[in-house]
Amino acid sequence: MNDITSNVIAHQASESANTDTEKRTPISTSSEWTFELLEDYDREIGRIARSFGLDTYPNQIEVITTEQMMDAYSSVGMPLGYHHWSFGKQFLSVEQGYKRGQMGLAYELVINSDPCIAYLMEENTMTMQALVIAHACYGHNSFFKGNYLFKTWTDAAAIVDYLLFAKKYIAQCEERHGIEEVESLLDACHALQNYGVDRYKRPAPISAEEEQKRQQEREEYLQQQVNQLWSTIPLKRTDDEVAGKRFRYPSEPQENILYFIEKNAPLLEPWQREIVRIVRKIAQYFYPQRQTQVMNEGWATFWHYTIMNQLYDEGLVTEGFILEFLQSHTSVVYQPSYDSPYYNGINPYALGFAIYTDIKRICEEPTEEDRQWFPDIAGTDWLKTLHFAMHNFKDESFILQFLSPKVMRDLKLFSIVDDDKESELEIAAIHDDSGYKLIRQQLAAQYNLGNREPNIQVVEADVRGDRSLTLNHYAHNRRPLDAGTPSVLRYIYQLWGFPVRLKTIMEDGTKQCYAWPPETEAAKA
Amino acid sequence: MSFIIDRRLNGKNKSAVNRQRFLHRYRGHIKKAVTDAVNRRSITDLEHGEKINIPAKDINEPIFQQGKGGRREIVNPGNKEFQQGDRIRRPQGGGGGGSGDGQASNSGEGDDEFSFSITKDEFLEFMFDGLELPNLERKMFKDMESAKLVRAGIIKDGTPAKINIVRSMKNAHGRRRAMTGKSRRRLRELEALLLEEQTKDELLRNPLRIQELELEIAQLKQKIDRVPFLDTYDLRYNHFRLEPQPSNQAVMFCLMDVSGSMTQAHKDMAKRFFILLYLFLERNYQRIEVVFIRHHTSAKEVDEEEFFYSRETGGTIVSSALKLTQEVISKRFPLNEWNIYVAQASDGDNWDDDSTNCSKLLMNELIPMVQYFAYVEITPHAHQALWEEYVGVRQRYPDRFAMEQIVSEADIYPVFRELFKRKES
Repeated sequence: MNDITSNVIAHQASESANTDTEKRTPISTSSEWTFELLEDYDREIGRIARSFGLDTYPNQIEVITTEQMMDAYSSVGMPLGYHHWSFGKQFLSVEQGYKRGQMGLAYELVINSDPCIAYLMEENTMTMQALVIAHACYGHNSFFKGNYLFKTWTDAAAIVDYLLFAKKYIAQCEERHGIEEVESLLDACHALQNYGVDRYKRPAPISAEEEQKRQQEREEYLQQQVNQLWSTIPLKRTDDEVAGKRFRYPSEPQENILYFIEKNAPLLEPWQREIVRIVRKIAQYFYPQRQTQVMNEGWATFWHYTIMNQLYDEGLVTEGFILEFLQSHTSVVYQPSYDSPYYNGINPYALGFAIYTDIKRICEEPTEEDRQWFPDIAGTDWLKTLHFAMHNFKDESFILQFLSPKVMRDLKLFSIVDDDKESELEIAAIHDDSGYKLIRQQLAAQYNLGNREPNIQVVEADVRGDRSLTLNHYAHNRRPLDAGTPSVLRYIYQLWGFPVRLKTIMEDGTKQCYAWPPETEAAKA
Repeated sequence: MSFIIDRRLNGKNKSAVNRQRFLHRYRGHIKKAVTDAVNRRSITDLEHGEKINIPAKDINEPIFQQGKGGRREIVNPGNKEFQQGDRIRRPQGGGGGGSGDGQASNSGEGDDEFSFSITKDEFLEFMFDGLELPNLERKMFKDMESAKLVRAGIIKDGTPAKINIVRSMKNAHGRRRAMTGKSRRRLRELEALLLEEQTKDELLRNPLRIQELELEIAQLKQKIDRVPFLDTYDLRYNHFRLEPQPSNQAVMFCLMDVSGSMTQAHKDMAKRFFILLYLFLERNYQRIEVVFIRHHTSAKEVDEEEFFYSRETGGTIVSSALKLTQEVISKRFPLNEWNIYVAQASDGDNWDDDSTNCSKLLMNELIPMVQYFAYVEITPHAHQALWEEYVGVRQRYPDRFAMEQIVSEADIYPVFRELFKRKES
């Protein structure tokens, strides 16, 4: 880890703050917040964050009511979204949960934009507001700005404008083509949202202005291209084909199904292609968030914890404040065990916080075990190492790199193998010397989107024949597709306009076929 | 750098459109749930929102997902007793453990049903969806008129109670500026001269001149002060005008047979029907009056309590109730002010030769007066003379008179819908 090209970190500042023994008077003593107090806290938190080298976008902190929070919540984190019934469904379930008191509203919502928008709920106490400011406005914000995935895949400065463009465009389409028509198109696109991202190629940054300007041109150009592709009157077999080499389109399998449809679907109107593109672009924007849950939440949690303690050490907050904070923090990082009725998978806040905290410990007070497992970071500067970890990893690689035996012991992690060929479950590994490596590998794999989502690719569009579309699903660990698959195929059929086939290919070569419209037995044979 | 913005005054119903879209998409489900609720709920409690459950499979947004089966390795926290290589029985209910990605099912509760609430208004909306009040339009244009005060600008005369203070003060201010303009200009000049004179060297100063100027200044100031602060012709008054309004009131007559043959169960069904009608009218009119008339051999106007719960015995003369209705209308509800709806519930029993009286009374007197007359017969048995006579009335006034039969509670809502179904014109 010698080649760390880390940011310049003003580490000294925090040291000097620590040694500053002169206690100041607390910023506030009541739990009521005011706008002046928010500013005071924000200034102090910002100062401490900078002293730890947190580099952030400017913050736009918005104070909102509970109802507004529910609104913000149900538009899945988009500050302005187009209209669709599925957001209404989301809203109703949030509202229902909240009304019955089943669920507190999350007290933070932060948007990866420049300036970074974060919401504060008016009902919160001063302590909670300060916690949210530290967590969202400095924790998440610096993660958005620093992590390589966000840097590569998203354009924080353009997103709000783009969403505005999308909203307007879709509203226009609704006027011109009818709400129902647009809605059913969006339904189909949403079903394929996860297959609308480029995983390896960096997308062109989105800019609303440019989109608008180019959109007209693009509409015409696109349609032309599609027409060219499809205008080929079926020809006789070429020599290549006779020789056994079939003409294939696309020449290589395509994993971005929505992109393929946008560019090639024979029957879509230009405005429909544009909407496919919008859904695709938005999915791309959220793609890094899906890959960095543990890292992102862990990072924000680690920093709110560190910053709040620093405020307390400097005498800027009262005992009552820090106790209220600790109570809330503890419930955020609570990890119920697997047999608890509250268990709902691994809590990303808990796991992420534990890993970052342990990185700091390994750097500062390494044990013999740590020196063996982490020779590169044991005893190094913790702040540099922490920033390095935040900048250069995603959940999968982060866990693989930094999950330490101590964290596995603390969380008492164990691994179960559930194989449908066996009648019983097997404990593959527990938190002991012989198990650490396996658990770490498996937990990392659990966060690999490639394992979580079925691997499905477009392999052939029969441009010279019946125009049918063929997709392949390459199964992982013999896991089949679930019962919803035919419905998704129906959506692809809706977009493509001609029959769609999906072949599941198991590791041992066996195949299973789905098709829409459903094929009769005779046709299959 | 941070900006703190107070967004609390921004609209809170950003999701309203999406919510409406959702309700629209699933209106079939919701309507069914509402129908069930109407039949299930107790009589007094129709006016609430409702919790709607929709099977999750109908509302699901499908995506490509891995199904059950195959081999998976799951890391869980909180090991207590397991050792490597232990084999345990597969827990009932499949899969064993979450997928570990920390994403709960976002429906927030059981996976089988999606549940949410609709408000009272939405409930009634769905309940009365596709229904209409018959013959309402014709009335609206013709003679349903009353008057309402509406704002009609600003005028110069009026009563002190209607003074428009802002406008009056503006006028006064303008008038004062205009009337004192010349004097104030002169005043400024004089003051400048005075100052000039006073700052002159002691030898050159002219005390007389100063005195003169001071006198003129004092006079000017007085003159300015004399301009009244507020004068009568500054005053402005808000003006209101009477504007004819379509009448917004309706009266509903509930007629019920309370003779010995009507059991409490019959009356409950009738009451449900009346309540539906009341709620429906309430949505269409600002003001509703209800008149309860019960009858056996003679009719009587009563209050609600007595109407539904007191019991009488003896025979039945239906025409007595119709007569009383007609009397009440002519006494208390002038036709040009009121929309009149009559709902009659009975088990079909009537004194034999009275039924012809009824149909005559209806055809010649009552029907021409009312917007709509709905008759429900609550009986599982064959129809009697009254029904037969009423069939004749229906033939003559198909758009004003409707009749249906109710056998069990489940019929009430469908029958109600049938009676008030929107008719294609």
